[in-house]
Amino acid sequence: MVNSPLLVAASDGFLGGIDPWIFGFSFITVAMTLWMGFRSAKTSKTASDFFVAGRSVSVGWNASAISGEYLSAASFMGVAGMVMSSGYDALWYPVCYACGYLFLLLFIAGPLRRFGAYTIPDFAEGRYDSPLFRKIAVCFVLFIGFFYTMPQMKGAGTTLAYIFQNITWADGSHGLPYWVGVVVVGAVITLNVALGGMKGITLVQAIQYWIKVFAISLPVFILMSVYGFYGLHIGANQTQVPVAAVAGVAAGETGVSAPGHTIERKPLVEKAPKDTIWVSPFGPLTTKAVNAAAAALPAEQRPAYLAEHQRPYSLLYTYSLIIALVCGTAGLPHILVRFYTNPDGVAAKRTTMWVMILIGVFYVFPPIFGVIGRNLMPDLYLGVGSKGTDKVVLELPTLLSAKYGVLGSILSGITCAGAFAAFMSTFSGLLVSMTGALAHDVYGRMLRPKSNPTERMIAFKVAAVLIGAVAITLGCFVEFLEINFMVGQAFAIAAASYFPLLFMSVWWRGMTMKGAATGMLTGGLCALFAAALTNFSTLALDKGPMGKVFAGFAPLNGFWAQHPLLRILAEQPAIWTVPLALALMVVVSKLTVKNVPGDIRMKMLVLHAPEKLGLKQEYIQEQQAGAGR
Amino acid sequence: MPPPTPPPHDAVHSEEFLHTLMRRQLKLSIACAMAFLVVLLGLPLANYFAPELMATRIFGFTLTWLVLGVLFFPAVWAISWIFIRRSIWLEEDEVRQVKNHREEN
Repeated sequence: MVNSPLLVAASDGFLGGIDPWIFGFSFITVAMTLWMGFRSAKTSKTASDFFVAGRSVSVGWNASAISGEYLSAASFMGVAGMVMSSGYDALWYPVCYACGYLFLLLFIAGPLRRFGAYTIPDFAEGRYDSPLFRKIAVCFVLFIGFFYTMPQMKGAGTTLAYIFQNITWADGSHGLPYWVGVVVVGAVITLNVALGGMKGITLVQAIQYWIKVFAISLPVFILMSVYGFYGLHIGANQTQVPVAAVAGVAAGETGVSAPGHTIERKPLVEKAPKDTIWVSPFGPLTTKAVNAAAAALPAEQRPAYLAEHQRPYSLLYTYSLIIALVCGTAGLPHILVRFYTNPDGVAAKRTTMWVMILIGVFYVFPPIFGVIGRNLMPDLYLGVGSKGTDKVVLELPTLLSAKYGVLGSILSGITCAGAFAAFMSTFSGLLVSMTGALAHDVYGRMLRPKSNPTERMIAFKVAAVLIGAVAITLGCFVEFLEINFMVGQAFAIAAASYFPLLFMSVWWRGMTMKGAATGMLTGGLCALFAAALTNFSTLALDKGPMGKVFAGFAPLNGFWAQHPLLRILAEQPAIWTVPLALALMVVVSKLTVKNVPGDIRMKMLVLHAPEKLGLKQEYIQEQQAGAGR
Repeated sequence: MPPPTPPPHDAVHSEEFLHTLMRRQLKLSIACAMAFLVVLLGLPLANYFAPELMATRIFGFTLTWLVLGVLFFPAVWAISWIFIRRSIWLEEDEVRQVKNHREEN
C-alpha cells in the first residue's frame, strides 16, 4: 500500500492507483533476487568464486542458469511487442536467438572449454601469446555489453511505468516517468552484483529461468482457452483481401469465424499494419527503408518503385538479420563465460543441448502474446515509447478482468514478475562479465598486476558500480527504440567481432594475432558505427526532448530516404561486416604468416583432443617450465 | 584425479594425429550445420519464390508461420542431439585409438 504524502488516491478504485496484485508479484521477485544475492555473498570468498562460481556447477543447473541469463527483456517483452507491431518478420528473432546456440554448439563450445580460461580475453591472450590482444578483446566485452544493457534498461523503465501508470502526483500529473524505472531497477541490480558476485548469480539465474517460463506460459494457456487458440488468432488475419472488404465493410471489424470458434476482433487502428502485410513475410519490419524511400517519390512513381525494390531489399534485410542473430549468439560475452563453469568439454556440449531445449520451449510463447494482442488490444499501436507494443505481455492479461475479475490482475502480476526476472537476470549477467573484464583484466592484469585478493575484490565492487552507472545513463536515452531491435544490434556487433575471432582461432591454425586483431576491430567497429548511426537518426525523429538532443542527425533521415539500400546495410550490418572481418583475418594472417605462434600444434591439440588424453596438464607444465627458464 | 600426462614422443604429437582429429570433428560440425542452414536460409527463399504455397492455411496458421514459429525448434533439437551423440562417440574413438597405439609400441 502506497501512502506517500506526494500521492493522492486515484479515481479508479485501487490503492494509490496501483494494482496490489501486480505490485505484489513484482515486489516478491525483486526481494527474492536480492535476498539470494545477499545470502550468497557470505559463501563466496575467493576471486575464483566470484568469476566462475568455482567451476562446480552441474549440467542441469548450468543449463537453467545460461537460459535464465539469455532470456532477456528482449525475449520476454520485446519479441511479443515486435510480433505485434511487425508480424511475421519478427519471428526471425526468437528462432535465431535459439538457433544461434546450435552454431555455438557445433563449432565453439567444446574446444573453448577444453582450452580452459576464465574469460574470452583470457582465450585471446592464451591463443596468441599476446597481452596486447587481450586489451583489444576486453574493449569488445564492454562495447557489446553496453549495447545489450540498453534494451534491458528499457524493459525495466517500461515495466515500472506500467505498474505505476495510475499514480497521481501532488502537482496533478499522472504516472511514473520512464527514467525513474531505469534508475531504480539499475541501482538495485548493481548493488546486488557488487555484493553477491557470480556464485549468487548462478543460483538466481537458474531459478529465474523457471520463473520466466512459468510467467510466460501460464497466461498464454489461460488467454488461449478463453479467447481462442494460437492458430485461430492468426487465421483471423486475411492473406487475401476479403470479399466483404471490397463490398465496403472494413476487414477485421466483424468476427472472423472458423470451425467451432469465433474470434471477436477489436477494430484495428489506423497506425496498425494491414492484415495481409502483417501475416505475410517481407512485412513492415523489413520493408521500412524502401517504404520511406517510396514516400519521398512523387505519387505516380511509387507503385512501380515498390514493385521493383520492396521484395528484393526485404530479402536482403532478412538474410542480414539471420546472420547477425545466428553468429551473434556465439559472440555474446556473458554467455561464453558460462562455458567455463562446466567441469569438462563433454559437459559443455550437454549443457548447450539442454539450453537449446529450455530456450526453444520458451520461445514458442512470446509471439502468441503479440498475435492475440493484435486482435484484442489494438490500442497499443497508438502508444509510443514505454506505452507502445513493447508492453503487450504485461497488459494483455488484464483483459480477463472483464470476465473473471481479479484473475486478470493476478496474471498481469505474474507476467510483470517474469519481466522483472528477465531484465534483472540478463542485466546481472552482463554486469558480472563486464565487471569481470574491468576488474580481472584491466585492474588485475594491466593496472596493478601485483594487487592482492582483497584489493581485487574491492576493485570488482567499484567496477560494478561504475558500469552500472554508465548502463543506467545509456538506458535513459533509449525509450523510443524497440527493445528487440536494440538487442539485434548488440548481436550484430558480436557477430562481426567475437564470432569471427572464435571461429577462426579454433579451426584455422594459420591465424596470427595481427590478422585476428585487424579482422575483429574492423568488423566490430563498422557494425558498432552503423548501429549507432541508425539509432541516432531514429532518435532524431522523436518529437520530445530526445529529438532535440539528437537533432544534429535529422538530415541523415533524408539521406536514408534517398538511399534505402544503405539504410538497410546500416540497420542490419551483419551481411557485410561478418564477411569483411573473416576476409581481413585470412588476408592479414597470410601476410604475417611468420607470426603464427611457435607452439601452435600443441595449442590446437589442447583445443581439439579429448580431455581424457591429458594434454592440458602437459601444456600447462610446459608453459610453467618455459616461464621458469 | 587428472589423467596421466602422455610421454613427449607419443602418437598424439604427430602432425597426422592432429590433422585427422580436426578434420573429423570439423566434418561432423559442418554436416550438422548444413542440415540446419538449408532450412534456415531456404525458408526466406521459399517465401520469396513461392508465396502462395507458403501462405497455405493449416489450423489457421500460414504454412510459413507454422514452420518458423513452431516446427523449427524441434528440428534444431534433433540436429543437436545427433551432433552430441556423434561427437561424444568421436572423442571416445580417438581416445581408444591413442591407447591402442601406445599398447602396440
